Amino acid sequence: MKTFVLTCSLFAALVLPAFAQARDVTFTTELQNYGGDGAYLALYLTDAAGEYQGTLWVSGKKSKYYKHLGGWARGSRLDPAEYDGLTGASVTSGRTLKITLNLDDSLIDNGYEVRVDSAVEDMRDIRADVIAPLTTEGSGKPVSGRGYVRALTYELQ
Amino acid sequence: MLRKFHSLPGLLAGLLLMVLSVTGAVLALAPVLERASAVIPASGEISIAELADRIVAHYPGTEQIVREPSGKVIVYYSHDGQAGADLVNPVTGEGTAPYEPSAFFGWVKDLHRAFMLDDAGRALAGVLAALMVLLCLSGILLIARRTGGWKNILRPLSGSGGKRIHAELARFAVLGLLLSALTGSYMSAQRFGLLPEVPDTGPRFPADVSGGQPSPVGTLKALGNFDLGELRELVFPYPGDPQDVYSLSTSGGSGFVDQATGELLQYQPRSEGNALQHWITRLHTGEGLWWLGLILGAAALTVPILSVTGATIWWQRRRHSGQLPDNAGAAEADTIILVGSEGNATWGFARELHSSLNKAGFRVHCSEMNSLAEQYPQAARLFVLTSTYGDGDAPASARRFMARLDDFRAEKYLRYAVLGFGDRQFPSYCQFAKEVDAALARKGMNRLLTIELIDRCSAAQFSEWGSRVGELIGLPLLLNYKALHPATVKLELVERADYGIAVQAPTSIFRFKLAEQGGWPTVFPRRFKALPHFEAGDLVGVMPPDGQAPRFYSLASSASDGIVEICVRKQPGGLCSGYLHDLKPGACIDGFIRPNPGFRPATGSQPVILIGAGAGIGPLTGFIRKNTRRNPMYLYWGGRDSSSDFLYQPELGRYLDDHRLSALNTAFSRADERTYVQDRLKQDELAVQQMVSTGAQILVCGGRDMAAAVRQVIGDILKPLHIDIETLRGQGRYLEDVY
Repeated sequence: MKTFVLTCSLFAALVLPAFAQARDVTFTTELQNYGGDGAYLALYLTDAAGEYQGTLWVSGKKSKYYKHLGGWARGSRLDPAEYDGLTGASVTSGRTLKITLNLDDSLIDNGYEVRVDSAVEDMRDIRADVIAPLTTEGSGKPVSGRGYVRALTYELQ
Repeated sequence: MLRKFHSLPGLLAGLLLMVLSVTGAVLALAPVLERASAVIPASGEISIAELADRIVAHYPGTEQIVREPSGKVIVYYSHDGQAGADLVNPVTGEGTAPYEPSAFFGWVKDLHRAFMLDDAGRALAGVLAALMVLLCLSGILLIARRTGGWKNILRPLSGSGGKRIHAELARFAVLGLLLSALTGSYMSAQRFGLLPEVPDTGPRFPADVSGGQPSPVGTLKALGNFDLGELRELVFPYPGDPQDVYSLSTSGGSGFVDQATGELLQYQPRSEGNALQHWITRLHTGEGLWWLGLILGAAALTVPILSVTGATIWWQRRRHSGQLPDNAGAAEADTIILVGSEGNATWGFARELHSSLNKAGFRVHCSEMNSLAEQYPQAARLFVLTSTYGDGDAPASARRFMARLDDFRAEKYLRYAVLGFGDRQFPSYCQFAKEVDAALARKGMNRLLTIELIDRCSAAQFSEWGSRVGELIGLPLLLNYKALHPATVKLELVERADYGIAVQAPTSIFRFKLAEQGGWPTVFPRRFKALPHFEAGDLVGVMPPDGQAPRFYSLASSASDGIVEICVRKQPGGLCSGYLHDLKPGACIDGFIRPNPGFRPATGSQPVILIGAGAGIGPLTGFIRKNTRRNPMYLYWGGRDSSSDFLYQPELGRYLDDHRLSALNTAFSRADERTYVQDRLKQDELAVQQMVSTGAQILVCGGRDMAAAVRQVIGDILKPLHIDIETLRGQGRYLEDVY
């Protein structure tokens, strides 16, 4: 199984108080064997009310398909400034996407949630395939998805 | 040149194109199958609001409703936290089956558009589609050239075997293939950014929504205004989020619907570019156009056959013309050689002339007469070497020469010399060569040499002509022609039946088998060895014992009979016929097969009228023998005396009994009534008229004089029908094998 490992620092949209500490968080998104083309995924943060806060990662290069990632598309308003530098290739059926991001400490244990929207060509769009509260306790515990995602696991370093 | 444009991409891409076309044909079935299983309410019967209402009644967790171009409606829903998808009946909203995209079609689709190789494969498929466009266009031009212009493009085609199959199939399929290839190329070019992509972001999410209490979907005004037939996709708002909206995509455009007020928000009509793209996709896939899909699929299925026949044609052509090393291009050559040849004999002379001139330092271009260019800018000398076919007609490789000559622009310093090949015994000796010579003169060109007629491939005459050319060009030109014939095989006489001795027309039926060739042990059944495929009507070349040029006899048997059968009359003083008539069973001759596809009965159920005299009955009997489909065949045959030279009498009787032969009409010139075959035709005037008017084909085999008399009589018979023999000839319905 091929794994993508990427390290990035999170985009300015997520910058919170300047004195805050930051740490690396690794997100592992494991896909089901759904047997279609490569999946488009959007990993993003929302507040407890589900309100969009910022983009973590977008898999899939063709922006014309982004509208199929419904929740994220609505929150980000598909503004390229929201996802610049945070995109990569679509993820093939059965494979795993692994990204490491530098997240501000204040995002953890503060009611924020990680969401994954997913879409595959000629197949259905799944909004909020996974919803995982971002907490210290949840670190290392897989949260299963309801669509193309088998499980999302994040690990706080 | 055009042919190269056609054959090179074809050879290069043949195998891969077969994969693309077969998978394409399989995929073409998908829209048909989908359409067959879809329930489609009449237009105006159900609105999108009604549809959504009915579906939600069965699927409370509905997230998305999709209507495919085939009319199939799919609901995506969530139930107990698990995502599902079902096909629904749009009238009741009830689920009919779980929706699972077919794994088989998915696999075939991946093979079709990407050879299962992702982007690299997609790029390859795109390049192949572009090659296919090239193949289609060059193919159309080639067919137009072959049929003699756009007006005649639907005319019946001449030729036989692979060539004929290739052209006929291509003419049937080319428009479908072109449509598939063009749309495929377009989609690929767009994907790889070679064509500007249509921006397809759709309308912006509305900034202001009412945020009120959601209304039932069936009551939403905007959804009530669209017919089900317009629906492409309806995405439901996220449950519990009052700020969210319905996203609606229809054939006309896309927008959003407020879940409380039912207001249509930010609706944006589809752009023209987007609509065009949509149509191109549909034209390629047949989505929602199942009948088009079937047509395109059928067209695609011809590609494997076209690839194989195309490669075969290319190979045969290359083998026949491949022995011309250092052939200069038409534009830069200073000397041009044009060849008119039916078999391949004249090419041997052309090759010798070509290589001698090449050695003398000229840049020589040699091609068939049909390839006459519009001009030869650098050329100072034009040699035309041509035989004559039949009764003064152009041979195969020169048939379009006269028509192309109209467009030919001769440079004023271009001088020409015509060399005719023929047999002085025949009345239209080198007739076509003479006509070419005169036609070039009418173009205002000057002769380098007066026309020279070479009798029976005389090497001495050719060499003498060469030295005269050498004097004119100031360089000695040694032309040393050696006859080139296909490798011969040894044929052993198995039996002979002799007729006609009492009436001074000794005629015999000879049956040969392939003799043991020596050397290798026999591995294959004998008839598969050494002798190529042949059919009745083809020719066998027999080498006379003194090493002279071969003589050709029409075959009465086919390869599947396992024997080589000919019917030969002993000519007074005839060298080769005398040699054959002196053979005793067990004796061997050297021979080879030469195809003669121009003399075959047409396939199909139209009547065939066979006319022959004397030994000409040979191939005609062969045709009847092979008429196992019992198509109507009528034989008119003339001999001298029924008691002496009634060739094939018992065999023909059997064929009458089993209906391979419908009727036999004989005429005997030394019998009491003294009739000839043309008299029999005259007596049957009405029957002949009737058969020709229903599409009958006429095949004549025999001596020159008989053939001329038959032409005369048939011409008279057909006058009331306002059809002449030339018209029939043009349609391939009057064929002659005359000697």
